Amino acid sequence: MLRYLGKRFLLILPTIFVPLILVFLLLRLSPGDPAGMMLGDQATAEQIAALRNQLGLDQPIWIQFLLWLKGIVTLDLGNSIFFREPVMQIIPRYAGVTILLAVVALALAVLIGVSLGLVSAMNRNRPIDRGVVTAAVLGISLPEFWFALLLIFIFAVTLRWFPVAGYNPPTAGIIAFGATIFLPALALGVRQSALMTRMMRSSMLDVLNEPYITTARAQGLPESTVIGRYAMRTAAMPVITVAGLSAGYLLGGAVTIEIIFALPGLGRMLVEAVGRRDYPLVEGGVLTISLVLAVLNLTIDLIYAILDPRIRYQ
Amino acid sequence: MTAHITPMPAETVSPAPAPRTVLEVENLSLSFRNADGLLPIVTDVSFAIAEGEAVALVGESGCGKSITASAIMGIAPDNAEIGGTITLNGKVISNLSPRERRKLCGRHMGFIFQEPMTALHPTLSIGRQMTDTLKHNLGLGHAKATNRAAELLDRVGIPRARDILEGYVHELSGGMRQRVMIALAISCGPSLIIADEPTTALDVTIQAQVLDLLEDMRRELNLAMLFITHDLEVVGDFCEKAVVMYAGDVVERGFSADIVRTPAHPYARGLIDAVPAHDDGRTRLTPILGTVPPVGQWPEGCRFAPRCTRADATCRTRPSLKRHGLTEARCWHPLEGRP
Repeated sequence: MLRYLGKRFLLILPTIFVPLILVFLLLRLSPGDPAGMMLGDQATAEQIAALRNQLGLDQPIWIQFLLWLKGIVTLDLGNSIFFREPVMQIIPRYAGVTILLAVVALALAVLIGVSLGLVSAMNRNRPIDRGVVTAAVLGISLPEFWFALLLIFIFAVTLRWFPVAGYNPPTAGIIAFGATIFLPALALGVRQSALMTRMMRSSMLDVLNEPYITTARAQGLPESTVIGRYAMRTAAMPVITVAGLSAGYLLGGAVTIEIIFALPGLGRMLVEAVGRRDYPLVEGGVLTISLVLAVLNLTIDLIYAILDPRIRYQ
Repeated sequence: MTAHITPMPAETVSPAPAPRTVLEVENLSLSFRNADGLLPIVTDVSFAIAEGEAVALVGESGCGKSITASAIMGIAPDNAEIGGTITLNGKVISNLSPRERRKLCGRHMGFIFQEPMTALHPTLSIGRQMTDTLKHNLGLGHAKATNRAAELLDRVGIPRARDILEGYVHELSGGMRQRVMIALAISCGPSLIIADEPTTALDVTIQAQVLDLLEDMRRELNLAMLFITHDLEVVGDFCEKAVVMYAGDVVERGFSADIVRTPAHPYARGLIDAVPAHDDGRTRLTPILGTVPPVGQWPEGCRFAPRCTRADATCRTRPSLKRHGLTEARCWHPLEGRP
């Protein structure tokens, strides 16, 4: 078990570093210079050169890369070029919102996906199943910004149950927080929940045909145990895989939703930082997302190992 | 009444009371509902099993053996329409609700599957699967259920029973898996065991061990056993009686020894001739030509007629199950006493 987790842990290192290296190079290869952007078009060449020197941008790229690596190891990600304060202080302000949004969206997606998929599988080919399958196809096909606007129109503008936009942190109280996070999380999670519904349905239908389900029935176990324990145990595996993939998507894809609902999240911060060529902040943001993703993947691997003993010994 | 397959031969009648009938199946039929209506799978199957007795259900793949077994267990697919009467321990169970039928499973009937690798849960421990059953069916607490599970594994010849309880099915060999399956099937003290080709998936050397174990369990626990197989050698050695099925029909039934030695139905003869024997001096086996007609394409009259060398115009009407010599056969031109 420990060996398995150790191996998994080693495998997440590339997950973190490959995107970071790509982002590091892409930022420096793309046109636009942070010093020029900050000083505006009135700046003289000397002024820009001085600022570049001050920011360390005049050094060879591999020196910059090594310095930046050293920064990661020593937990010093440098100062934001735009905000002029340490990246390590800026990121947490934004990351919290995005992570909470992703977690709530994932929870909603799993809840909706698993229950609809289960209902659908148990009522195969009946009207309720057809309804769920149709809804799932719709959910996958609709763009989430459209769904977000639809939700705002129905629940915020017409029914006035939720605020149209804005954000209350959890410290403002669970209800105030919930009111601002529910619609964005739902809009963000709808496609994932549709994916999970389909995954849950098909994997449940597969598992219900397995001989060990017949055994459980032939042993006289009640249907609730057969489904809830014997079938779910194996049928949940592909859904967990989808949940893991969804988590990555939810973290990275929250940009649109954050912008529509005016949430001060990492996605929005990143878009703005890229626009300002704020290298340290972009790198810090990507590092944060990679880290969270890696931790999530490790958690998923851990859940696999708990649910499936065959994995532990491989 | 079709309780008695054949009258007991005089020499076996003893002063002790006749063994109690455990399972009685009368005119069992099963059809699948589909878009085109009803598709018959099994028609008119009748037999009975007494306690301590093993009855073989024999036939090629696709003749309706396994679905008959699942109809008896009450675990046939939802779209199955089942007719006829099934009586278990003197109580008619075929008209019970699915929920009540489920309660009989495990407690009164145990099921042993062909492929223990897939018939046991891949990710729940052996112990968990056994104690779930014991707790639910017998109302045992965790400690008692675990002890009982260990006893059962011990009884079916599994060494280090306590360790195996913690283990999973993929860690066991084929023979061990089938032993676990047998322990699970007998765990709640059923009076009937249905074994669906329990040795087919095993190595030949292991097959004999598993058959011996089943035989021991049958004698020790006085179990009625329905043994589904296509192996006539097993039938002769292991089962007192046999029911031969072809295309959803019972074509012959009687004492296994009689069917193996002097079958009346040409299909039963064909099954025997297709299997090598130790001492018959044959250099070639005789296959039954053709294949079982698929469900829904059964011929009118005798369903075996298209593959039968003795078939003639009479066979276009359906024969009924009648006594011919030592056994009962569904045939217009039964074979007579060819050993």
